[in-house]
Amino acid sequence: MNIDRGILVFENTSEVIRAETILKAGEWDIRVMGPPPEIRSGCDLVIEFPLIEELNILRRLREEEVAPLETVPVSSPLLRPVNLFQTKDFGRFLMVRAANMKLTIDKETSIIVNVSGGGCPDVPYLAQEMVGKSLSDAPGPREIGHTLCGYALQLAYEEMKRQCSA
Amino acid sequence: MLGIVGTVPDKDFPLISGRVRLEKERIHIGETTVPVNRGTPALLAAAAMACKVLGLAPPMGYLVGDTGLGRGSRLLYDHLVHSIGRSGLRFVTFHYLQPDVDWHNKVLFALADISHPPLLIADAGFMYAAKMSGQSKAYELFTPDAGELAFLADEEAPHPFYTRGFILHNEDQVPELISRAYEHENAARYLLVKGRQDHVASNKGVHAVIDSPADEALEAMGGTGDSLTGIVSALIASGIKTKEAAILAAGINRLAGHYARPTPASQVMEVIGHIPRAMEEVLDKGGKRIEPVHSEPEIA
Repeated sequence: MNIDRGILVFENTSEVIRAETILKAGEWDIRVMGPPPEIRSGCDLVIEFPLIEELNILRRLREEEVAPLETVPVSSPLLRPVNLFQTKDFGRFLMVRAANMKLTIDKETSIIVNVSGGGCPDVPYLAQEMVGKSLSDAPGPREIGHTLCGYALQLAYEEMKRQCSA
Repeated sequence: MLGIVGTVPDKDFPLISGRVRLEKERIHIGETTVPVNRGTPALLAAAAMACKVLGLAPPMGYLVGDTGLGRGSRLLYDHLVHSIGRSGLRFVTFHYLQPDVDWHNKVLFALADISHPPLLIADAGFMYAAKMSGQSKAYELFTPDAGELAFLADEEAPHPFYTRGFILHNEDQVPELISRAYEHENAARYLLVKGRQDHVASNKGVHAVIDSPADEALEAMGGTGDSLTGIVSALIASGIKTKEAAILAAGINRLAGHYARPTPASQVMEVIGHIPRAMEEVLDKGGKRIEPVHSEPEIA
């Protein structure tokens, strides 16, 4: 546990994803993590950041109108997002699973043919928006998703892209 | 009477409740219609189809629009807290809702105030909230897939996204993960674990493994877990004991999937259309020509 790290707490996961995009573009050393138990309410993510950069980071986020609800020092170990993937090759189709989310494409066309798993309400929405589109044309889950299931699908989507470009 | 609670992926969809009809691949509640593709509409469609075969009244649907920000889910939670006590529901299946421990607990308290509380089934986001709140034992049945079972087995994970790496997600580990979920009291009275093989389990261990017919493509198809939860909900509402209902439901869902001749690109409505044929076959084989056991009180 690093005592020089803090966490940014946001109203919902989609704000975390927006803030992450902004801060990564600014090359800050940040990580998306699970919140400590005392501030957990459900479908949560937080951003761990270097405390010394607090003022700069908050100013940047306010400029982008995605200010956090609060900023607190890291006081207990944070949960790490899942980082294991399962891949299943069906011949013409390829499926990648990250945590509870599965993404399947047609290998010949790169068209996303199915999205399955998950339990948060944006999963059917993400499926609706992504299925039938190619990997390169489909919106990324981090752009239109709002929950941890959406974030897990993003990881599966990135892994699928990595495997398809290898 | 069976009630099914969940969301549809449309932020402007209003909060509605009422008897569910399935017509031309769309769910109808009153004048409102929803296409069946996956998620709660798929569960509702499967349950409505199964109720019809079983001679039961159609399920009551409680739906709201939510695309992941949780606003619709919170409206629905609030509606349930204030109305579920008068609903007359004897069985409730909770599905795609924004996981929120505080709201989950409010709903559970409202259910506990009913003189004869309904039997509770949970899947998807509401199952996540049930586990995170430490209240899994209040539920009759959870219907996780392999990734969600790993989450139930990890006593520290508040969401499948945080399941620790040493809790393996492999299907080969299912019996061990089931034991671990019960050891930490993070499972319902029964588990129906969906996967390449379906497992029906309780704290006494694995009661049955259902693995035929085997169509691997179903794993990739969105909504096949939802259809399974819909079928098992209807069977339980017909009066069949949970363990037997779970075993029958797994067989029915597999057979319906098989009749759809699926590929990983198939869509769930192709499976739901085969539920009546699969049900009749599985129930006949098991000597289950069902007459409804429970009366169907009108809603308050």
